[in-house]
Amino acid sequence: MAKYLLLKHYRGGPERTDYGTIPMSDWTPEEVSDHIAFMNHVADDLRERGEYVDGQALSPDGTFVRYDGPGRPPVTDGPFAETKDLIAGWMVIDVDSVERAHEAAAYLSSAPGKGGEPIQEWIEVRPFLEEPKSVSD
Amino acid sequence: MDPGPIDGALRDLSPQVLGILVRRGADFAAAEDAVQEALVEAVRRWPAELPTEPKGWLVTVAWRRFLDARRSDVARQRRELAQVDEPPPGPTEDRDDTLLLLFMCCHPTLTPASAVALTLRAVGGLTTRQIAEAYLVPEATMAQRISRAKRSISGVEVGTPGDLSTVLKVLYLIFNEGYTGEVDLAAEAIRLTRQLAGSSEEPEVAGLLALMLLHHARRAARFAADGTLVPLAEQDRSRWDEHAIAEGVVVLQAALARDRLGEYQAQAAIAALHADARSTAETDWPQVLEWYDELARLTDSPVVALNRAVAVGEVDGPLAGLRAVEQVPSDVPRRTAVRAYLHERAGDRSTAHDLYVTAADQATSAAERDHLTRQAARLHDRP
Repeated sequence: MAKYLLLKHYRGGPERTDYGTIPMSDWTPEEVSDHIAFMNHVADDLRERGEYVDGQALSPDGTFVRYDGPGRPPVTDGPFAETKDLIAGWMVIDVDSVERAHEAAAYLSSAPGKGGEPIQEWIEVRPFLEEPKSVSD
Repeated sequence: MDPGPIDGALRDLSPQVLGILVRRGADFAAAEDAVQEALVEAVRRWPAELPTEPKGWLVTVAWRRFLDARRSDVARQRRELAQVDEPPPGPTEDRDDTLLLLFMCCHPTLTPASAVALTLRAVGGLTTRQIAEAYLVPEATMAQRISRAKRSISGVEVGTPGDLSTVLKVLYLIFNEGYTGEVDLAAEAIRLTRQLAGSSEEPEVAGLLALMLLHHARRAARFAADGTLVPLAEQDRSRWDEHAIAEGVVVLQAALARDRLGEYQAQAAIAALHADARSTAETDWPQVLEWYDELARLTDSPVVALNRAVAVGEVDGPLAGLRAVEQVPSDVPRRTAVRAYLHERAGDRSTAHDLYVTAADQATSAAERDHLTRQAARLHDRP
């Protein structure tokens, strides 16, 4: 078993399909509801398979923060409207193989958009670093 | 009687009772429910009065609960219920029912993760919460994984000869997971393998037990106080568990005497040679290499080929080791780390440094990555 982080991006990653670039604000309310219902269905399906670990949606408004020396307040920067990469949400799954992780990500990516067709958005799949194994030599 | 010993006794008895119900013909999932109810009953009643035959008591109560559940199902379906009143005639119950259960839980149709979870639950007697914690997943997820697994083996005919190699693989997976939560999975795997070895003449079972004991013996020395990974060559060998090593060696020798060599025995033999040496320099590398040659004949695993290259490096020098690494496919984990080590031994610090940097990027665990990063830092040329 291995854990994978599935990342959904607002922006960034490989080029989207033309269909996938239609903004959600151009969809009908029903299409938006169907899209969200599908996302919830994927999570339920992963729960039922015993593979779901956690997941959250993230606000697009992020702030960059750094240390600025002793006794000084943290320095903040942003938000940046034009950053190349913006994460919309994440899900962690615990699955038997990388193939299964890809299958789950592809399923998530088949969520319907305008007109009910899959928007085929790119999902980034990142393996967790594991605990070292008991037998290593 | 205080709850401690009762809990321990129930944990030992529950897989046996479950095995008996399953062999009597109860569906696996229904049997498990019935055993759980019997355990709850025992926790309630035993502190006041411990039965003289705890196992018999549990079997009777669990079987009654199973029949009650069956009856209400059957009644719902308006079916005849007479035929389930008595246990069907079958083999006597002195057979090892735990073993039967183990083979069911490690059925080849299950995915490794399902088999692992079901084995720990049904044979190991761990709670779903404990298993979930050990594998760092939510309890609800683990509960689903276990109930899916139960459903998949519900149709499996009891008594069909199981696949021993799958059972051994599942036990090995449990051992290799180590321990992250409150449950020590390595110790649990040893307990289950020891049980299996007690009722199986197959030398590979003993081989796996020996392998586990010999690796487990080194555990205290594998990590520094701050959690840093300590490689075999640098381990404080006085911290190795001598009792576990001695037992591992005895178990291994008995297995090898049966003269049917297998993968686990060969791996255990290598572990025993490491355990026997006071330092890396004093290790009998020619014999380690012979065992790797043997292992390479038994399995075409590229991981074995890589570890063999390390042994070649110790016996014939780092350049010979590097030539052996060339034969290992490039996507094998730790290949770059081995090349870095061999280049350093050959005196090429600069190449070794660069390879350690790459190896750190490719590491699959944080402890390994940090170790490799430190190696790279150690070889960095500073003005």
